[in-house]
Amino acid sequence: MSPVVYWFAVVIGIAITVFALVGMAAVLVFGERRVLGLLQDRYGPNRVGPFGILQSIADALKLLSKEVFIPPFADIRFYLLAPVLVATSVLVSFVVVPIGPGLSWAADLNVAVLFVLAMSSINAYGVFLGGWSSNSKYPLIGSVRAIAQLISYELSLSLAVMGVVLLSGSFSLSGIVEAQRIPYALLQPVGFVIFLICGVAETHRLPFDLPEAENELAAGFNTEYGGMIFALFFLGEYMAMLLIAALTTTLFLGGWRGPFLPWAGVLWFALKTGAVVLLFYWLRTSLPRLRYDQLITFGWKFLLPLALVNIMVTALLGMFWM
Amino acid sequence: MNVVKTIRQLAGALAVTAKHALAKRPTVQYPDEMPALPARYKGRIVLTRDPDGQERCVACYLCSSVCPVDCIQIQGTEAIEDDRRYPLKFSIDFARCIFCGMCEEACPTLAIQLTPDFEMGAYSRGKMLYQKEDLLIDGTGKHPDYNFYRHSGVPIRGKAIGEAAHEAPPVDPRSNLP
Repeated sequence: MSPVVYWFAVVIGIAITVFALVGMAAVLVFGERRVLGLLQDRYGPNRVGPFGILQSIADALKLLSKEVFIPPFADIRFYLLAPVLVATSVLVSFVVVPIGPGLSWAADLNVAVLFVLAMSSINAYGVFLGGWSSNSKYPLIGSVRAIAQLISYELSLSLAVMGVVLLSGSFSLSGIVEAQRIPYALLQPVGFVIFLICGVAETHRLPFDLPEAENELAAGFNTEYGGMIFALFFLGEYMAMLLIAALTTTLFLGGWRGPFLPWAGVLWFALKTGAVVLLFYWLRTSLPRLRYDQLITFGWKFLLPLALVNIMVTALLGMFWM
Repeated sequence: MNVVKTIRQLAGALAVTAKHALAKRPTVQYPDEMPALPARYKGRIVLTRDPDGQERCVACYLCSSVCPVDCIQIQGTEAIEDDRRYPLKFSIDFARCIFCGMCEEACPTLAIQLTPDFEMGAYSRGKMLYQKEDLLIDGTGKHPDYNFYRHSGVPIRGKAIGEAAHEAPPVDPRSNLP
């Protein structure tokens, strides 16, 4: 087909993907509030629409109608750039996630894993810039803590992924899913646990959410943000959670593979990702927040050596196996 | 760091929340479900009538005196036809009322009572000022058999002094006959 039609189709596809992802983030926010209510002996929001499913739309309308107050003491360029960095890096990472056999934008990119890790580093930039450019003490402390946490846990995250790469022999996510006859969670249990813990830390969710804890730092790095800009940060965080769940599914749980019904790949992927997201919600309700020094100690003194040992053991066993 | 102990503690925390997911939630979904209120719940204030159908309030001003926030305003008068006192004007400002029940405790005729009704929302402060026609009800409220004038010595038309229950007729102090 002619290049104009091709590019037009690409743009339409991108628009649909972005809307679908943002919509999924909104559904995740609503789902989190209902599931948290279920686990906490109360109902979540159930007034707006049948069973409260229109709650996210009501929240979106409220955020749209709020004033976007840009503090006069803020560094305006980075203040506006930070939420864009966060949301964009997460959206772009979804390009390489295979949601079904052959169904993705670029899952067979031969450095897909490195691409995702690089995008998560840009996400860390966005979080840090948000707090730094707000030029006020609570966001500053929140963002300094956030960036220290993010870079510490990124190391162990990458090392846990390296174990999977060793087993499957390729960096491309579709290649990793193809190579999983047995889900790698069984072959790499330590790596799976490390990846989950680091994933929770990367999206700064409980028990690792000190950078943005409401009762610690008045909302941390997003204190000075309001209205639609805050909504970008907020949705970026939930899309990052969805991304980590999708990556866990792809790398450790077999992606779109299922024991039966091979044509329902997308369904299996959705089920597994949903289960991981529910695990994230469950962890949020149950576990107390880690203090900052406990968090950094855990990341450097426990997870990093464990991840290194994991890789060495995987490599040794792999040598003997082959 | 004791790994096994930490894992057991984390698993315990996760198990607690999972157990709560299976429990029935105690929330009462108002307004679809109404909460079960006890009969002595201190809600909306009403003025009641006695079993004969006459209003109980005798405008003694005890309730407005004891009210901690001064929300009761009364103007009393006496009826010509049967010598009974009654309130010409009786207003309660529910924007001030704290529903403490002191007026119900102070009332000697059991006229003013607090009922288990809390749905009194209004869209303007003016609507929160209830006059006597908003407060007076047709029933006897919580005490269906009590008529103040049967027990008190106050004379009204049709009952002179000494004709109430448990009362003896007055003694003539000027004669020494029993």
